[in-house]
Amino acid sequence: MRLADQLRTTTFLMTLRYMVLFFVSVTILFVFISWSATGYFEQEIDATIEAEVAGLSEQFIQRGPQGLASIITTRINASPDGDAVYLIADADLKPLLGNISEWPVLIADTDGWVSFEHTETNGGSVTVRAQIFVPQPDLRLIVGRKVRALEQLTRLFDRTLFWGLTITLALALIGGLMMSNNVLRRVAQFNSTSRRIMDGDLTQRMVTTGTGDEFDELAKNLNTMMDQIESLMNNIQHISDNIAHDLRTPLTRLRNRLEDLRPDSECTESEEIDACIEDAEGLLATFASLLSIARIESGTYETALNSVSLAQCVRDAYELYKALADEKSISLSCDAPGKIEVRGDRNLLFQAITNLLDNAIKYTPTGGTVSISLHHEPDNVVLSVTDSGPGIPADKREQVLQRFFRLDESRSEPGAGLGLSLVQAIAQRHGARLELDGHATGLIVRLIFPAGTPTAG
Amino acid sequence: MRLLLIEDDNSVADFIVRGFKEAGHTIDHADNGKDGLFMATTESYDALIIDRMLPGVDGLSITRTLRASDDNTPVLILSALGQVDDRVKGLQAGGDDYLVKPFAFSELEARIEALSRRSQGKTETETTLSIADLHMDLLSREVWRGEQVIVLQPRDFQLLEYLLRHKGQVVTRTMLLENVWDYHFDPQTNVIDVHISRLRAKIDKEFDTQLIHTVRGAGYKIDATG
Repeated sequence: MRLADQLRTTTFLMTLRYMVLFFVSVTILFVFISWSATGYFEQEIDATIEAEVAGLSEQFIQRGPQGLASIITTRINASPDGDAVYLIADADLKPLLGNISEWPVLIADTDGWVSFEHTETNGGSVTVRAQIFVPQPDLRLIVGRKVRALEQLTRLFDRTLFWGLTITLALALIGGLMMSNNVLRRVAQFNSTSRRIMDGDLTQRMVTTGTGDEFDELAKNLNTMMDQIESLMNNIQHISDNIAHDLRTPLTRLRNRLEDLRPDSECTESEEIDACIEDAEGLLATFASLLSIARIESGTYETALNSVSLAQCVRDAYELYKALADEKSISLSCDAPGKIEVRGDRNLLFQAITNLLDNAIKYTPTGGTVSISLHHEPDNVVLSVTDSGPGIPADKREQVLQRFFRLDESRSEPGAGLGLSLVQAIAQRHGARLELDGHATGLIVRLIFPAGTPTAG
Repeated sequence: MRLLLIEDDNSVADFIVRGFKEAGHTIDHADNGKDGLFMATTESYDALIIDRMLPGVDGLSITRTLRASDDNTPVLILSALGQVDDRVKGLQAGGDDYLVKPFAFSELEARIEALSRRSQGKTETETTLSIADLHMDLLSREVWRGEQVIVLQPRDFQLLEYLLRHKGQVVTRTMLLENVWDYHFDPQTNVIDVHISRLRAKIDKEFDTQLIHTVRGAGYKIDATG
């Protein structure tokens, strides 16, 4: 199965749609989680700073500036690498004591909070969130916390979101391909089975896997349908056999009785009886053609498929009809050199060719020309019969292939209008195409066989 | 000729039995496969006409059984199926000819005559065929009528050969298409007639005695007596 085919399947497109939907909802979920988690962290930090400011302010009230300085020193020394940031400066913002070296450039927040960038000893930069505390007019105190953990958390969320979505996408793609592959395999089975059925093998049935899924359900329904069609076809065949037996038999008996009746001497009655016999024979011939068309079309005609030299058939048909053409002063020419072969039934193919020649000679006026040729084209073997008769109007070319259809102009000619229908049926049986075409002075009939491929089931 | 018909359809059987009796032959009839096989093995016949579908033992089995026991009596198989594959199966089972129902009695008669002659004359290899003052040399492929050499095209030669091999017998158009052109189907056309008339123009036209005769409703016959 080609990948392009697979990407077009309904299943794959459905998977793709779900994937996009999933992608969007996962993103929203992640953004929400990250937003609420960082919000919670921010509140925690703010609360810690507020508590510290409150504690320091209390110390200052109780023990004055020295007490404040000593407690800050203690805290700094307790965890030199901690997240807490302290700085005491004088009124000119000159640093007096603390774990940052100079008064930072503050970015004020709307609600009394400030933040600034702090360059750490290892060179890394970290954002600090802080409050300014002014215990007495000549002292400024910054109490803050590095928001390193929060930044790490945000980064973690971003990374998780990225990889999570990438993996989801990959899994969804693989899953979609697998699912559509599975579906396509079943569909391909259905297609190949139905093609075999269309080729005339009505005994073929869809494969069921026994899992009872929708495809099994579909297969069962199609199989039931096929059972019905097959039984109908059998009925038709039965009926046509009955026609063969029930209508042809009495007709034959009638014909044989007429023959018995025929007096030995030449007299008027004898001529009349001969005419009756001829009529009966015409009817029998029509029945025979009709039945063979029906049998060939329904695929019940079990043709013996062999490699047939179509070129030899054409030459034989030419040889058979040359005499008839000569008698009508029609110039019949044949161009079928070598050994062009197709797979098929020799007798049926010959019958098709003779029908075409018979028609061409019948409708070509005395002194006209008929030619039959067979040649190879890149993909096909083309048999064509060209005559210089009246041709068939373009809009009637489809109709003449129907049974019993005859052009008004040809009603005076003998025949039942079954010749081309039979050729059509034989062509279909051999996977060939029958084409009618006009040219300046007559009709071209082409039988186009697929070259080198086994035909007909 | 002594014939055996194995056929379960009485109306068909009646018409065949009547036809052959009128033509002066002896014909026995069995209406089921078992009796038919028994009669075929115990009696001696010139040819057997066996329906393909029979109660008891079917036509193909009878033919196969006879052939297996080295009985080479010519067998013509009758069938209502009338398809090429049936014909092939019938001939594979050991049948000598095959005829599709319904058929004209003249067709059956012509085929049975041809079959029984063929089985009688099988041993000798003929190199010349002749009728009246017409002679055909199969080796040099020359044809004379009296002293006059007649030039025939290969197919006309084959056509005349087939007629001569069945001289005095009726050959039908279908038989000609099958045996001279080697294609099996009912020709719904007068194309065979044209070949016959062309042959006639060559061997009969300038002579007093006409050899090729048209048998109305049946086919053709080559005969010196007319």
